[in-house]
Amino acid sequence: MNVETIDQIIDNHQCEAGSLIQILLDIQSENHWLPKEALERVSEKLRVPLSQIQHITTFYKSFSLVPKGRHEVHVCVGTACHVRGAQRVLDTVQDQIGIKPGETDVDLKFSLETVNCLGCCALGPVMVVDGEYHGNIAPARIEETLKNYE
Amino acid sequence: MSEVLLQIDGKEVSAIEGATILEAARSVGIIIPTLCHHEKLEPYGGCRICSVEVDVRGRTSVVASCLFPVEKDLVVRTVSKKLDRIRKSLLEMMLAHAPDSEQLQVLAQEYGADRERFGKEASFCIHCGLCVRYCAEVKKKDALGFIDRGARKEICFIPEIASRECWECKECFPLCPTSALQAAFVLCKALSFPPETGSQEEVNISTLPVREQND
Amino acid sequence: MSRINSSAELEKLRKNILSKRDPNRPCITLCSGSACQATHCKKVAAALDLEIEKQGLTGKVDLRKTGCHGFCEKGPIIVIYPEEICYLQVKPEDVSEIISQTLIEKKVVERLVYVDPNTGEKVTHESEIPFYKNQKRLVLGQNTKIDPKSIEDYLAVGGYQALAKVLLGMTPEQVIGEVKAASLRGRGGGGFPAGIKWEAARNAKGEPKYVIVNCDEGDPGAYMDRSLMEGNPFSVLEGLLIGAYAIGSHEGYIYVRQEYPLAVENVTFAIKKAEEYGLLGENILGSGFDFSIKVHKGAGAFVCGEETALIKSLEGKVGEPKARPPYPAVKGLWDKPTNINNVETWANVPLIINKGAAAFTSIGTEGSKGTKIFSLVGKVNNTGLVEVPMGVTLRDIVYKIGGGIPGGKKFKAVQTGGPAGGCMPEGLLDMEVDFDQLTKAGSMMGSGGMIVLDDATCMVDFARYFLGFLADESCGKCVPCREGVKQMLKILTNITRGKGKKGDIELLEELSEVAGSAALCALGKGAPNPVLSTIRHFRDEYEAHINEGKCPAYSCKELISYYIDPGKCQACMSCGKKCPAEAILGGKNLIHVVVQDKCTKCGSCLEACPPRFGAVRIISGEPVPPQVPEDARTIVRKSKQL
Repeated sequence: MNVETIDQIIDNHQCEAGSLIQILLDIQSENHWLPKEALERVSEKLRVPLSQIQHITTFYKSFSLVPKGRHEVHVCVGTACHVRGAQRVLDTVQDQIGIKPGETDVDLKFSLETVNCLGCCALGPVMVVDGEYHGNIAPARIEETLKNYE
Repeated sequence: MSEVLLQIDGKEVSAIEGATILEAARSVGIIIPTLCHHEKLEPYGGCRICSVEVDVRGRTSVVASCLFPVEKDLVVRTVSKKLDRIRKSLLEMMLAHAPDSEQLQVLAQEYGADRERFGKEASFCIHCGLCVRYCAEVKKKDALGFIDRGARKEICFIPEIASRECWECKECFPLCPTSALQAAFVLCKALSFPPETGSQEEVNISTLPVREQND
Repeated sequence: MSRINSSAELEKLRKNILSKRDPNRPCITLCSGSACQATHCKKVAAALDLEIEKQGLTGKVDLRKTGCHGFCEKGPIIVIYPEEICYLQVKPEDVSEIISQTLIEKKVVERLVYVDPNTGEKVTHESEIPFYKNQKRLVLGQNTKIDPKSIEDYLAVGGYQALAKVLLGMTPEQVIGEVKAASLRGRGGGGFPAGIKWEAARNAKGEPKYVIVNCDEGDPGAYMDRSLMEGNPFSVLEGLLIGAYAIGSHEGYIYVRQEYPLAVENVTFAIKKAEEYGLLGENILGSGFDFSIKVHKGAGAFVCGEETALIKSLEGKVGEPKARPPYPAVKGLWDKPTNINNVETWANVPLIINKGAAAFTSIGTEGSKGTKIFSLVGKVNNTGLVEVPMGVTLRDIVYKIGGGIPGGKKFKAVQTGGPAGGCMPEGLLDMEVDFDQLTKAGSMMGSGGMIVLDDATCMVDFARYFLGFLADESCGKCVPCREGVKQMLKILTNITRGKGKKGDIELLEELSEVAGSAALCALGKGAPNPVLSTIRHFRDEYEAHINEGKCPAYSCKELISYYIDPGKCQACMSCGKKCPAEAILGGKNLIHVVVQDKCTKCGSCLEACPPRFGAVRIISGEPVPPQVPEDARTIVRKSKQL
């Protein structure tokens, strides 16, 4: 990620320390993860200690300090999905792609995350791949669903 | 600044408006145990060992005395069966991290805390935050900070700053109630700046033996 | 659009909008909330556009993409006005028929209307469907009538009337008086009276003052705030403006989870529109009152729903809660007086101003006035958002509105209040739901999540689920929450894995006292609730796990085994094909066998086994019968011999 883009994002927020989280969210959404150089640049421009930025980027779930896979798999583990068997779905997804929530596989193909609620509880359990919803997903259907992603 | 009259353990105490219960109690020699409190630092309210009972507007609640401001006619109890139970459990949970901490052991004896009640935790840190806050508030160096949240929260040195600042200072080491901070720093430094390569790879103490979740 | 500079101009504009709208002109409304987007309402919308043009109706019919209608179970939903014909679960391929039959021929497409599962009766009109009929949708109702991207739609249903009334005819004290008289309690969790909070912020010394909309709706299983924000953002803005005027604030923030992109989009758009119309910015409606709003996206931390943590997050810091006092009303954002209310609370404000406190207090119970929106989810037939007067019984919500439990299962409990809430068993079904009754029952209102559980839900596992959630979402600052919740989670996990010990229940109770009383914020203080309420109402389940190694709900993976009954298996291979772990020994005419070592207990075989055979069953608390010997696996088919 180049310095100009980072500076542009910081300038969009008037270089205010109060906008730190908004700036980091914009960088994350632009680049899909937060490289260390970006954090150092933000720290320098906003005059916020790196130790604080480090805490913020690990405290809030939206941030990633490592590159993400080509496909982002989200399994909803909200309460409604939980009582409808989300754990079994998650277990099966983990078995199929071989990574745990929060991880990315070595080929950078899949990243797996759990989400607390997607607000489509009527469809539970729900798995979302790259923004596409797979509602009422059964463990038996996961393999063929994930096969469609290269 | 006006004076406020309140009652602590049945004793009339006068305190300056804006003072905390802890300050008011200490001013008259009433001792409330603390772990994360330090006079040079902003009150933190993390360890909760200083919890006391207060009666406010007809309701009794447990509050951290290091943070709760004095109020007119506030009734405070620094000792009660409930507080004893709370302090004992809190100590036991912290002892699972740092069973050999002298400071914890002294308190454990007082409150009858069993250091083996909960299984040993991999991390020594009890998150009093003294090191982090001292470095930020007093030294203004921010050489270390917290990372992550909840049970995964850890302290972590920023190697670039630590390598520059820490050996000259080391003032946070004696603040650590578990005496283990120094070890953490040494390890962090050793891992971050191996003499032969000078690699800048960042290593934090959370890469110490990984805790098995829910184990 | 030129700015509106007075009440008279606002009314003139409203009349103008209404005069252009023919109430008899057909209007198709399509639910376009997030839940319906997940069921591809966008494709339906595209099909509608296409068909309207194709069948020559361009300019003769309106298409309105509205916010969430609430009946998410049956989405996407189409309602055709003026007849109010309601079609459910509409697919793109249904659209051509809807246009030709209903719009042109004025006939109802029978297969798309609601069928009452109990009576088999068809219901054509939206408001007559039992799910809607038994609600009182004062706040949510407008969602179905307006396009959230159209300020004209909002003005057409009477929008900004309340703001005009307040800015041009009431003093701030009168506004606070009205909200206090309405006894409006905060809909975000605590239920604190909003009027008193406003008054405290108004009276606090310090400038500037801030007002904040809390849309950091992190409760898993609750999404009413999102639906309001997505579907009717103008009503939230109007409420916020009224509050700002009453408190004496000129700057507001809307804190929305970034996981709610549509809510962010719609509210940002609404702010822009309102500014264009002079309903936000300087000298609003010519009253001399200035107000501006910023949108702040939350970066993913449940604890930021707590107001002091939210404030820290707005300041660009880590969302660790602060001790109260001082309360935000005195020392909040940037240490200035700050008032935070949740989305639903703000959305209630225009209603109170328009209809008066007396009308508002005529609804509800002694201590809780007005309506409350619940998200009714879990093991219930009609999943969705329901708005009911305070004081309706749980039974009415679950059965009359929710349509009962699916799949012939038995009701077990309702959980309310989010992760720090509690469970109410069958014995409490006739409880009248309001703030105080829920607290009395060991739960709480929370933001309004209502999760229905059937007998397949293990209550120990359910408590473990919430503690796991809270352990993950705890900020980690104070010991009772960080360590206490973790220890409780360990104990609960052990119990669900068959490693429970005598004394575990007592230890859970002890740790509950520590977290419940000594934790820094509401997250830690509320954390024991799921544990204590399940121990209180379902102690026998805890004991069965600990003493017998049995999960009575047949749910805990470590305590159950899947088993194929050799007497019932018809060797159809349905289970074998579905098993993702290849753990089923099959074969033609051979009784199927679950290889226990390989089984991952995903339950696919149980779902796959045809109900007429019912050969797969779950065993818990007893040993799995020995595997059928190889030579005895051949099936002798009696039916074929006949």
